[in-house]
Amino acid sequence: MHIDKDLVAASATPLVLGILAEGESYGYAILKQVNELSAGEMTWTDGMMYPLLHRLERLGYVRACWRVAASGRRRRHYAITPAGVQLLSERRRQWAVVTHALNRVWAEAAPLAPATAVAGPSR
Amino acid sequence: MTAVPKTPDAGLEAQIGQWRGYVQRHRVISPDDVDELEGHLRDRVADLEEAGLTGDEAFAVAVKRLGVLDEVSREFAREHSERLWKQLVLSPELTQASPARSGRELGQVLALAVAAAVAIKVPELVGYDVTEDGPWYARNVGLLVLPFLAGYFAWKRRTGWARSLLLLAPSFALGALAANAYPYTDGGATEVLVVIHLPILLWLVVGLAYVGGDWRSHPRRMDFIRFTGEWVVYYTLLALGGGVLVGLTLAGFAAIGLEISSFFAEWVLPCGATGAVLVAAWLVEAKQSVVENIAPVLTRVFTPLTTLMLLAFLVAIPATGNVVDVDRDLLILVDLILVLVLGLLLYAISARHPQAPPDLFDRLQLLLVLSALLVDVLMLGAMLIRITEFGASPNKTAALGLNLILLANLAWSASLSVGFLRRRRPFSALERWQTTYLPVYAAWAAVVVVVFPPAFGYA
Repeated sequence: MHIDKDLVAASATPLVLGILAEGESYGYAILKQVNELSAGEMTWTDGMMYPLLHRLERLGYVRACWRVAASGRRRRHYAITPAGVQLLSERRRQWAVVTHALNRVWAEAAPLAPATAVAGPSR
Repeated sequence: MTAVPKTPDAGLEAQIGQWRGYVQRHRVISPDDVDELEGHLRDRVADLEEAGLTGDEAFAVAVKRLGVLDEVSREFAREHSERLWKQLVLSPELTQASPARSGRELGQVLALAVAAAVAIKVPELVGYDVTEDGPWYARNVGLLVLPFLAGYFAWKRRTGWARSLLLLAPSFALGALAANAYPYTDGGATEVLVVIHLPILLWLVVGLAYVGGDWRSHPRRMDFIRFTGEWVVYYTLLALGGGVLVGLTLAGFAAIGLEISSFFAEWVLPCGATGAVLVAAWLVEAKQSVVENIAPVLTRVFTPLTTLMLLAFLVAIPATGNVVDVDRDLLILVDLILVLVLGLLLYAISARHPQAPPDLFDRLQLLLVLSALLVDVLMLGAMLIRITEFGASPNKTAALGLNLILLANLAWSASLSVGFLRRRRPFSALERWQTTYLPVYAAWAAVVVVVFPPAFGYA
């Protein structure tokens, strides 16, 4: 499914921080995890992941360091910092409010159009 | 993911090598970032091959999934504006357009430099005399020269005429009014203060043009700080070179019996010094990556030296006796030293890689800030005592205000530096503090220029 880019941009930071809160990781693995978490529905342009990670690093929410993988290649690993944990919990509260409101408004509205409704369960 | 080392596939390696070369041409993506992207590409290719794709197919898909390179590099540029500063080109259209435009730009700059040089000589043609009306010239020199610099940036950033005028004209008009409408006492302190503060105010107004009106953007403000530092370096180099050249020319002509020093003093010196303002600005814009190597070196040399000087000073002041009785000139001198420290700090911050971990130099820098703070507090005490004892004068009030402004900046800088060294805060906090503080200088300079003369009876 194509997801609007503003929505992707807004959700990217909490998603990445949420994944890093589980433990240190690197760009490709984070992308794969986003893909799995959204059952393949959320696909980002791979290259855009790195400027985002670098921004989070500059703002002090994650820390980066190079490690050597089993394959012998260098990999840049990212780990969440205390400031990142704090930001994540803030974002989480904000998103809870937003999704709660959205769920309520949609509970009152008409059900989703059939085309999307069929596409959902077919997976 | 399997981490089984694959037998190297020559075709794939060649393709990745080619891709790497292509990415590296986007200079906003640093070699480390290219490594990171390449690692990503290899991971993706490995996964796709495992899913049954051939090497070529997997490479094609993996590259496509990385995204359009120009868009990705634009995103990198947005994040790493300090790299953008190395005059990096955002998109291919700009690269192709640049030879023609840069040629046109040189012409534009030279025309503006000549216009500024003319502007500095025009008052003389209508009856002002540099030696007799020295104070008038001193008050107006910034007003005569800096509009051309602002105009250059307005043109370069394509800010548009109406917007530029709206942005810049009010401040220049206010400055012109304060410099000329007030009935200054000859050689009075307020006049000297205006002479010092008006160019600073106008320089910050030029900053508005420099950032293309985007003054809310902190990275753009940082760019302006960088620009200011590099401009000083270039201007100094030009002045040194010009001085040597003038000296040789004068000596040469004197040797053949021609006395041309008055012509040089009246024309070559003022016009050259004025034109160099614009040429230096153009050089900074055009050759950013050249000087970039100088900035870190200069800060690394002068940070420890300035620290030593401040520490020696701190020892010397109490040793010579009463702090309160220190000379009034010393207070102003110390203010100048503190301005220098702040300039050094700004220059160092602007030249530093924001992601690098804290190192020895950051500790040295903290020592510099702390010793400057000590000197500042000492001087502040002396100043307050002088003011309560002898009453407020324009000079003392201006020095006190500047001192308080520097104190606030240095104190918070020190606290942020400590946080950074303890890895509690990112370096960007320090950067952001400095860019947030910029308007304070402009506001203070404006107060000194506009409010001080009437408040102290133009004395």
